[in-house]
Amino acid sequence: MTTASSPLNGFPDRVPPAEVEDVELYHAKSWITRWVFSQDAKIIGIQYATTATAIGLVALVLSWLMRLQLGFPGTFDFITPAEYYQFITMHGMIMVVYLLTALFLGGFGNYLIPLMVGARDMVFPYMNMLSYWIYLLAVLVLVASFFAPGGPTGAGWTLYPPQAILSGTPGGTGSGIILMLVSLILFIIGFTMGGLNYVITVLQARARGMTLMRMPLTVWGIFTATVMALLAFPALFVSAVMMLFDMLLGTSFFMPALVEMGELAKHEGGSPLLFQHLFWFFGHPEVYIVALPAFGIVSDLISVHARRNIFGYRMMVWAIVIIGALSFIVWAHHMYVSGMNPWFGFFFATTTLIIAVPTAIKVYNWLLTLWRGDIHLTVPMLFALAFIVTFVNGGLTGLFLGNVVVDVPLSDTMFVVAHFHMVMGVAPIFVIFGAIYHWYPKITGRMLNEAMGQIHFWVSFLGAYLIFFPMHYLGLIGVPRRYHELGPTSFIPESAATLNAFITIVALIVGAAQMLFLFNLAWSIRHGRPSGPNPWRAASLEWQTPETPPGHGNWGDTLPVVHRWAYDYNVPGAAEDFIPQTVPPSDTAATGEHR
Amino acid sequence: MEAIAPHAQNAAPPRPGGLHGFVLDWAADQRVFKGVSWGKAMMWIFLLSDTFVFGCFLLGYMTMRMSTTEPWPNASEVFALEIFGTHMPLILIAIMTFVLISSSGTMAMAVNAAYRRDRRLTATLMIVTALFGATFVGMQAFEWSKLISEGVRPWGNPWGAAQFGSAFFMITGFHGTHVTIGVIFLLIVARKVWRGDYDSGRRGFFTSRSGRYEIVEITGLYWHFVDLVWVFIFALFYLW
Ligand code: HEM
Ligand SMILES: [Cu+2]
Repeated sequence: MTTASSPLNGFPDRVPPAEVEDVELYHAKSWITRWVFSQDAKIIGIQYATTATAIGLVALVLSWLMRLQLGFPGTFDFITPAEYYQFITMHGMIMVVYLLTALFLGGFGNYLIPLMVGARDMVFPYMNMLSYWIYLLAVLVLVASFFAPGGPTGAGWTLYPPQAILSGTPGGTGSGIILMLVSLILFIIGFTMGGLNYVITVLQARARGMTLMRMPLTVWGIFTATVMALLAFPALFVSAVMMLFDMLLGTSFFMPALVEMGELAKHEGGSPLLFQHLFWFFGHPEVYIVALPAFGIVSDLISVHARRNIFGYRMMVWAIVIIGALSFIVWAHHMYVSGMNPWFGFFFATTTLIIAVPTAIKVYNWLLTLWRGDIHLTVPMLFALAFIVTFVNGGLTGLFLGNVVVDVPLSDTMFVVAHFHMVMGVAPIFVIFGAIYHWYPKITGRMLNEAMGQIHFWVSFLGAYLIFFPMHYLGLIGVPRRYHELGPTSFIPESAATLNAFITIVALIVGAAQMLFLFNLAWSIRHGRPSGPNPWRAASLEWQTPETPPGHGNWGDTLPVVHRWAYDYNVPGAAEDFIPQTVPPSDTAATGEHR
Repeated sequence: MEAIAPHAQNAAPPRPGGLHGFVLDWAADQRVFKGVSWGKAMMWIFLLSDTFVFGCFLLGYMTMRMSTTEPWPNASEVFALEIFGTHMPLILIAIMTFVLISSSGTMAMAVNAAYRRDRRLTATLMIVTALFGATFVGMQAFEWSKLISEGVRPWGNPWGAAQFGSAFFMITGFHGTHVTIGVIFLLIVARKVWRGDYDSGRRGFFTSRSGRYEIVEITGLYWHFVDLVWVFIFALFYLW
């Protein structure tokens, strides 16, 4: 290696020579291959995001229906108990898998990874395209189950056997559960095709000078989450296959001998606990599969909009990696009430609490980044701040629920609903909003309307708190989760019903605010203020593309060369308050951080 | 993507090995695995993911086997054959295992021939590998039909726990599907090698880029993996 001052390839710092020839790009020849069956990661990202948003709207509408039932029980007789269960199940599954996972990894991953690491495209564009189309198929199968005889499955998003495939459960013996399992299997196959792309693009296709430790944290978050997904989804895949066999072939993997509707069921000897283990071996990492990209994106939003380098970059990277690894050994904290050896409970409670350490490090680092920053309260920044507050809130109740003795009484109450909506529902959704406000200018060349954005933010943020904060209280007084109607109980006071009605009204208002957001997205494509290439004056690579929106192949004729990390803001002595990653050290009076 | 050096004149000094080299590679730009192509890296990561799939299948099977209330049928009796009047436990499985392991040998030779650009030999060896694979699947089909004729079903069997049949059909079926996909893949690649696609720069399938001989090695990675998985199935299902 040469010293910092000796010239190598005309650059004053040590940028190694290119190791790989520029790739052969696939060039679309027709309108169809360009916009529909596109192999361009940017288009695929937008396709993923659009589909995820569309199916997410279904989940949103379902949440209104559930809230109407909970807020005004007895008023809407078209919502039967069976339907309520179906709404819950589809709402939960869509939100977690088909919206959040697909949007973060398929949507943001596809759009941002190649741009942020300086690649022309994903490494296997054709497979990447297939990934989207299989995802779309999975979504269509899922939607089909709404129209299937007997309706979609009502087993809860956890799909626990035995009840998931028994006749007492809505959709349990019909096509509802089958379509759900098939859709999940398809989703996993499609995701694997995309996920391999994201991982290899990050590992093997970065620009010259782009070391792993110069990547924006967004890429780190998405990358780690993808690796986790590649290792966690197999467990869901296997459990879906086994349950499908129990259902269709009459095997008894998960089904013990039991009496169903007064008759002995045809199964015997299976283990429902096995399903729970497999499901949560997927399910817990899944929480972090949506949280880690959110962590990464939030770090970048905060750094850009507070004009400060991210505090403790290396610590942040290691925290992401460590959280990713630890989250594979905590899954049984979801099974405290399923019965387990006390030593296991002790083990899983301990590992669960240990994860709080790297997570807390991240929160402190965000705060220290903000400390004395030049904070611009733009809409993306507001959403990033909202994420921190909400995530801390959900994380703290997570510490409660991670302890066996506290979890056992709280399990299956509204407290749990409040907890996971805070930590993995609302918080990541805020990041998605912030990210869309932040990157929309790059994608379309126009800014989203600021006034509409502010309204959207304040209604969503305050509304989310008004919806979910009281649920902690409802849970503490014992209101159970997954109940169609409470009925007369001695321990639940009258006021709980009033509170429920209040929550419902707020939920409807928050829902309306999302319509405003969608309108903003559509309206600003034509009428938004032109943004120019780099409206936020950000340093990371995606803002340095020769064209906005980035063209085919992202980088014009020559690939970028990276000389520094993505966080050179307000470097003392520099002419501007940010130094793009592509600027060599000698071009500025100040050098910034270019290790 | 070959490990070429467009700037060979001022190429970096040779990379150190050992832990130091490992750290340097991960700290470097552009690529973590130096000289490893995208396709090969992808296959490794995919196999890691697939390991988790088989791992879950096998762990699920072991849990069921330990928690089921009925006795578990004795594998060496179930999988015994009468050949010329002699009773041979596990004989078919032993032959199947032998065939599959041999196919790994011919696969390794094919990879070697491919890097020597010996098109005919490569294609021939790949076809031999595919034939071994097809033989394996054929014997598996025989084993399945034998068990089915003896009354083993996914939902039950004459000798004990119903989960025996369920796990057997599911795990060997899933593995057999892997072998079948491998056979198809081998044949496709063999044809392309034979035709000289990788010399003429013809555009490949799945990538819309022109293929390289390396695809033989990538196919080989998959094949060895399927072989390795069989060893675990053999040990955990048949020998336990
Ligand atoms: C406006 C926003 C939302 C509202 C009003 C809402 C409302 C609800 C309601 C009323 C329930 C059923 C509670 C019960 O009776 O047990 C529920 C369950 C659930 N929600 Fe949401 N939700 C929202 C957003 C989200 C988001 C963004 C996610 C993403 C993670 C999510 C994930 C879930 C899950 C996993 C369940 C559990 C389903 C089950 O018990 O099987 N929700 N939600
Ligand atoms: Cu968990």
